[in-house]
Amino acid sequence: MLDFPLWKRISLWAVTLVLAVLAVPSILSMTGADRPQWIEDAPHINLGLDLAGGSHILLEADPAQVAEQRLETMEESVIQLMGDADPEIQFSELNTLGGQVSFMLEDAADIDRAREELLPIINGTGLVAEWQLEVIDGRRIVLTQTEQGIDNAVDDAMESATEVVRRRIDALGTREPTIIRQGDNRIVVQVPGLEDPEALKALLGETANLEFKLVSPRRQNEMTEEAARADPLPGTEIVPYAEDTVYAGSVLVVNRLGGISGESLTGAQQGFSPDTNEPVVNIQFDPQGGATFARLSTENVGRRFAIILDDEVISAPNFNEPILGGSAQISGSFTVESANNLAIQLRSGALPVDLTVIEERTVGPDLGRDSIIKGGIAMGIGSLLVILLMIASYGRFGLYSTAALVLNVLMILGIMAFMNTTLTLPGIAGFVLTVGAAVDANVLINERIREERRRGRRVIAAVETGYKEASRAIYDANITNFIAGVLLFLFGSGPVRGFAVVLIIGLFTSVFTAVTLTRMWVAGWLKAKRPSDLTI
Amino acid sequence: MKLLKLVPETTNIKFLKWRVPFYIVSILLIAASWALVLTKGLNYGVDFAGGQEVRVTFVEREEAPIVELRDQLGDLGYGEPTIQRFGDPNSVSIRVRLPEGAEDQPGAATAIGEEVVRTIQSEFENVRQDANETVSGKVAGEFRQTALYALLFAMLAIAAYIWIRFEWQFGVGALFALFHDVSLTLGMFALFQLEFSLQIIAAILAIIGYSLNDTIVVYDRIRENLKKFRKMPLPELLDLSVNETLARTVMTSLTLFIALLPLLFFGPASLFGLVAAIVLGVFVGTYSSVYMAAPILIWLGVTSDSFVPEETIADRQEKKARGEI
Repeated sequence: MLDFPLWKRISLWAVTLVLAVLAVPSILSMTGADRPQWIEDAPHINLGLDLAGGSHILLEADPAQVAEQRLETMEESVIQLMGDADPEIQFSELNTLGGQVSFMLEDAADIDRAREELLPIINGTGLVAEWQLEVIDGRRIVLTQTEQGIDNAVDDAMESATEVVRRRIDALGTREPTIIRQGDNRIVVQVPGLEDPEALKALLGETANLEFKLVSPRRQNEMTEEAARADPLPGTEIVPYAEDTVYAGSVLVVNRLGGISGESLTGAQQGFSPDTNEPVVNIQFDPQGGATFARLSTENVGRRFAIILDDEVISAPNFNEPILGGSAQISGSFTVESANNLAIQLRSGALPVDLTVIEERTVGPDLGRDSIIKGGIAMGIGSLLVILLMIASYGRFGLYSTAALVLNVLMILGIMAFMNTTLTLPGIAGFVLTVGAAVDANVLINERIREERRRGRRVIAAVETGYKEASRAIYDANITNFIAGVLLFLFGSGPVRGFAVVLIIGLFTSVFTAVTLTRMWVAGWLKAKRPSDLTI
Repeated sequence: MKLLKLVPETTNIKFLKWRVPFYIVSILLIAASWALVLTKGLNYGVDFAGGQEVRVTFVEREEAPIVELRDQLGDLGYGEPTIQRFGDPNSVSIRVRLPEGAEDQPGAATAIGEEVVRTIQSEFENVRQDANETVSGKVAGEFRQTALYALLFAMLAIAAYIWIRFEWQFGVGALFALFHDVSLTLGMFALFQLEFSLQIIAAILAIIGYSLNDTIVVYDRIRENLKKFRKMPLPELLDLSVNETLARTVMTSLTLFIALLPLLFFGPASLFGLVAAIVLGVFVGTYSSVYMAAPILIWLGVTSDSFVPEETIADRQEKKARGEI
């Protein structure tokens, strides 16, 4: 029980000191306003927004919208696939009603060919069918979305939405943003130090879905929506002008297919037009998009094409000459700022779903800093009082307990830094509880040694029994708290989890420091001095 | 060197003598707490109620004009706003409920928060906005649910572990003591209408953790004494166990208490509710370990046979099977 061979002593000290040293960058980063580079590089604890100030936003996507979009894509795929078949498969009555895409083959004999064309999309990439195909009366094909298909689509949409959000926020240039996907259809965004979340939300609210579509050759000019609707052209769609453009209120008729989507974009920057000196957005395409753009512009010189952002026309210039270099310029009624914002949105690509803000918290940085300073001072006073009481009550043993307590705090911070966790206000409650438990462990041991001495045990026997008997209750108490901590982590939400993480880490370190470290020190002292009596 | 001893070396206080009256009082308190929670309700913060909360500081004033604010913001048409002092006398937190449907509209809730701040700033100069929180009703509902589940599952798992490590009576006792602590804390929050937020859930968890520590220490000693003094009547044995651990109980409660007091008085305003709840919990938790968790063992019928090593029981059954007894 009191036997500590050299290797054991060395390894215990090594573990303690390494973990304690890991805490140093975190402590320095919390006290100083300016953080030197080496602290940024070293693992350190981040302060939660409730302590450091900043913005927290919880975004949610609506799975129904994803399902709806999936239907539309399917509708277009049907047109494409039936057209690509050789010979072309004739069909009619294509519609998307009640979560289904259905269409009628002109010739019932085409049914097997149609099924074959559709097969790759229906099966998707996974093992489960993404769509369910039914044939009614031998000629009507009905495609129904499967649960699994919708789930996969939501999952994909959220993956890429998270990526888009990340890129957009990175473009804002703020420090250390956290962007995490949460649950099935949510994204948490935390930006420390950002006091005004409006810019952030404005940036996130935009879907920035850019498309280039040819203006229908038969309707080259702006017109009113009524006029366009009165005489619909097959294969076209009606797109309104954006509100801040000159033609606001009128619409353009554009070809539905054959355009270029924003996905082919590789770059976008704000610049100035060499002719008018107005702010513009310069864009670059990937090779494939560039080739399509070159072909489109070559084949359609003299015709207009519409630049469509989020289903609104922002400008509709002419192809004056073939554009072959894979880059183009978007002009419109831009200010430098709006051109820059558009560039960011284009660079980061389109959000595949609309995201709604369902929770938002902003804490001013003054309040946060104030909290840390006040909290630090209060904890300092509290710790000092505890240390005095411990030493006054248990003498040398109190001193060991105190040293163990200090190392315990450092080790918790060190592990948290190593795991790159975030310290929040509830985390501080977890801290208070663990330190309380660590003090309790020491008190239990010391009181038990007192008791054993009183019963007449000799020094070494009293210390050994003290540790042995007290350890049982200490382990039981810590294991139960550990179970509670794990459950809280599993079932709890944000702040409760912050509490649980500190609690779990603290339970390990406090047992280690309060039981093992102090025992090693006491054993060392007993061996060296061989005291005949204990002051405890 | 003379060391400080807060509790005399040997004490012989008859704690258990008062177990029936204390139990009656405690059960009445638990009932009263739940009655308060159910009738008066908890003053849910924005986390659990949903809605919009802003915190502002009137920089140039000594004290926030709460009465004027109430009138002024009541006119906005979002019903009676909840206005509470927050930390310094010149800081307040203001909560308005969202109108029906606003939580489904993106940005609507935040816009209301901005409207509140603008309204205040139009009347009073030098108002600093410290924080702004919006929680939709949906998320608030989820917070309520996960917090409840987390608490329930944690308590049940704890009881199960104690049942395995000790005996079922101890598991029930610990669960009852925890139920007592949580009930009284909730009752206190309902009585004083203190803001009940996710942070307070963290505080209640800390209370559970602390109370549990206490209960286990007492139980461990009871278990030890049950093995040691096989003939001692249970009430006497419980008294002995509580007395033997009394020095530790006093010392631990005191250290935690003096560590928390500075945090309560000098700590940041945002921690006040949290720390106040834990301080309260230290008292309630200590009391429940002695007066709730220990006496219930008498009524649940713990005997010195409870901790007879298992092989003896097995042996005895074997003997019985062989017809030797």
